[in-house]
Amino acid sequence: MTAAAARSRADIGIGRITVGVRSSNEAFLQLLEERYAGFIERTASPDYEFEVELTPPGEGSADDDVRVYRKNGRWQLERGDFCAEWDPAARRGRIRQSANPYSIDTVLRIVHTLVLAREGGFLLHAASAVRKGKAFVFAGVSGAGKTTLSRMAPADADVLSDEISYLRKEAGGYYAYGTPFAGELARVGENLRAPLATVYLLNQGAENRVSSMGKAEAARGILTNTLFFAADVELVQAVFLSALELVERVPVRRLTFLPETGIWELIQ
Amino acid sequence: MNRNRYVARAANVAARMIGGEMMIMSGADSSLYSLNETASILWQAADGVTPLAQIVEKHICGDYAVDPAMALRDAEELSEELARHGILLLSDDPLPDSGPPSKASP
Repeated sequence: MTAAAARSRADIGIGRITVGVRSSNEAFLQLLEERYAGFIERTASPDYEFEVELTPPGEGSADDDVRVYRKNGRWQLERGDFCAEWDPAARRGRIRQSANPYSIDTVLRIVHTLVLAREGGFLLHAASAVRKGKAFVFAGVSGAGKTTLSRMAPADADVLSDEISYLRKEAGGYYAYGTPFAGELARVGENLRAPLATVYLLNQGAENRVSSMGKAEAARGILTNTLFFAADVELVQAVFLSALELVERVPVRRLTFLPETGIWELIQ
Repeated sequence: MNRNRYVARAANVAARMIGGEMMIMSGADSSLYSLNETASILWQAADGVTPLAQIVEKHICGDYAVDPAMALRDAEELSEELARHGILLLSDDPLPDSGPPSKASP
């Protein structure tokens, strides 16, 4: 890669998948390098590449619903604040958005969801952390306690994310990866990977308790928190079956907890 | 009910049996449904060509001590509800090759 090429693209590596974001606007690229610090790579050839066309600020709203659908073999990704097209066969795409990192953040989440779906992985509304070489995932809707648990993580735990957990099926089992997709902590996760030991479904209560649960209840809990962006039957089927396979192979527990640091003593 | 009705699994869903329940997800909006044991039996037997009454008689009345007329009435109500959610097709005519195969966990 030449120095000039390096300045025209930010390569963001998450879950061993590198997405190159190309722009002629150096300030935007600098913004990305800061936003995704810890996940920026230097590679000659990213796995996927997007050309960003920047629009004036204030165009469209990030509060609109996301639409993801296929048209002529290409994925169309749309929300008020961005419009993107991605050709998975060519591994290239275009994004039209303002210089807003939240727009590209959503595009990256969608692209990773689409890529992972083909590989038995998926993104989960969950905090996650690595402790003693094992990954623990804490799934729950907004307000369930993901950020609280992340904030209370002990010194020997590395937080992978306080909001969106990245799960991949690999030889030997499932692995959790760190992501820069931050929640209320507004802090990117650690760029680490570890074998997935347990998924906990969060439930704040009057005591700290880990309880077992049946496969069906576990499946409902996982599926409820799985990110499905596209109204696409093939994609939904792939992610659905991946989530259920994880339930078959990885322990899923109910974690009832008080917002106190002692809860981490139960995590193992 | 004295007419034949036919049920078929919708094509745009993902479905799998896990933990004794049939989990079904709509491909249109990712809505999740879970069916209990008897509803799962109905879902799995919904091949589009076997009349609902025959499904109830063979798969439900044969295994459960239930009144056949009541079982059929319950099955029709369930079918209508699932049809409203778009995950089951309900018709007065056969619906051959209309849905995905049922899948069960190993």
